[in-house]
Amino acid sequence: MKQYAYYPGCSLESLGKNYHISALEVSRELGLELKELEDWNCCGATAYFPVDELLAYTLVSRNLAIAEKSGLQDFVAPCSACYKNAYFTNSYLQKDADLAEHINYALEADNLHVNGTMKVRHLIEVFIEDVGIEEIQKKVSNPLKGLRVAPYYGCQLVRPRKAKEDVENPQYFEGLLSALGAEPIEYASKTRCCGGSLIITNRKAALDMVHKLLQDAVKNNANVIATTCPMCNVNVEVYQSQVNREFGTDFSIPVMYFTQLMGIALGIEPKRIGVGASMLSLAQSTVS
Amino acid sequence: MAVELSFSKEIENIMYASHGKPIKDCLQCGTCSGSCPAVEFMDNSPREIIGLISADFKKEVLASNTYWTCASCYHCSVRCPAGIDIADMMYALKRYSMWKGEFQEGLIGPEFSESFVKMIVNSGRSFEPLLAATYLPKFSARDIVQEGLMATGLVLSGKMPLLPKKVKRLKNLQRMVRRIIPIGETK
Ligand code: SF4
Ligand code: SF4
Repeated sequence: MKQYAYYPGCSLESLGKNYHISALEVSRELGLELKELEDWNCCGATAYFPVDELLAYTLVSRNLAIAEKSGLQDFVAPCSACYKNAYFTNSYLQKDADLAEHINYALEADNLHVNGTMKVRHLIEVFIEDVGIEEIQKKVSNPLKGLRVAPYYGCQLVRPRKAKEDVENPQYFEGLLSALGAEPIEYASKTRCCGGSLIITNRKAALDMVHKLLQDAVKNNANVIATTCPMCNVNVEVYQSQVNREFGTDFSIPVMYFTQLMGIALGIEPKRIGVGASMLSLAQSTVS
Repeated sequence: MAVELSFSKEIENIMYASHGKPIKDCLQCGTCSGSCPAVEFMDNSPREIIGLISADFKKEVLASNTYWTCASCYHCSVRCPAGIDIADMMYALKRYSMWKGEFQEGLIGPEFSESFVKMIVNSGRSFEPLLAATYLPKFSARDIVQEGLMATGLVLSGKMPLLPKKVKRLKNLQRMVRRIIPIGETK
């Protein structure tokens, strides 16, 4: 079983708990072992950079250092913001000796040292690259036939640009959904921001962004929105009622983690992946 | 006598070196503003704010809500033909205004960021509900988060009983943070 240094991130301990349990279940089913980092700390999401950039990189580096110490090569994050932070900090550590020195001075206080040698990826990338779409498809026992899914990439999974990848119109999420037997819809908002980082600080702007996303998904007849990030998921799921109040709409579209949809398709018991009865009947009603 | 840096130079200096090209390369093409999902809530569009910085309009920039309205979505950054990382420039502006202690009245962002950092220094982990409940009562953030918790079934009987986990080596983590920024006593 290939092992991965798994960094769940803070959201997965509270609001994103269903993401956590479904990520672990699906990984196991696919033959991957996610080993949670020991004593990891918050990576700061989008909230440290406004205060101190070096502190932001240092806090992320502590997690990278713990991962390096574990002897594993792969660092996996299920949260898009954690992923972006870890990815870029790791690459700056490789490129900038001066930055690395500053950070390592601070890390000494916890008897750690970082080199920037981890291969940092998001969970969805690990599934697609290391297991492969074909392998995943072979394991599908309960195809999500007829289920129209809006693949929601959001921002930080695809941006900033890392290499030469398509940041405007990525396709891998659609590929994964098709392998599960679902029907990925096309819609313009798939990489548009949901405003998650603004929900507390600028609620008006955030709700406007959620509204536009919901509108686009619903207009294109999605049955469910699939996410790859706890912040997106919570933002789009939980604030629908507030959007409805604010804009006089009546959205009630379910929002699920991509790992939950994978879990259903792979035949994992729904309650082990945090899928309630209403979600399940939705996924199955379209099969008939 | 020490040379006083221009405002545009100061901003350039606090953007970390790997973050794309300097803002003086801006062509004022407006691609950033056109890509921005939050632009209608900003006092100045991203293009305008860059123009103001280049012209050293420090007061106007510090009075603007633009960077506090930025969602850090990097849409502008990946599209800028001049290779400027506008999203990270927005972070740099937030830092600058926090350092100067100057920002538009009524903004939640500065206090939120500071509270967030405090929380990490005190526990090593963050916990959105607690953060909102303890640090931001005056912004009625508690109600926002309460609704969120109810919808995810995480709150029982209307209370907010959950606490964040703490990192085990908290003392070490706090020493580590102190090696970066001077902070006062922690709880
Ligand atoms: S997209 Fe780039 S070049 Fe164009 S206005 Fe914005 S910052 Fe300037
Ligand atoms: S990163 Fe900020 S400024 Fe740039 S497009 Fe997104 S919200 Fe607008």
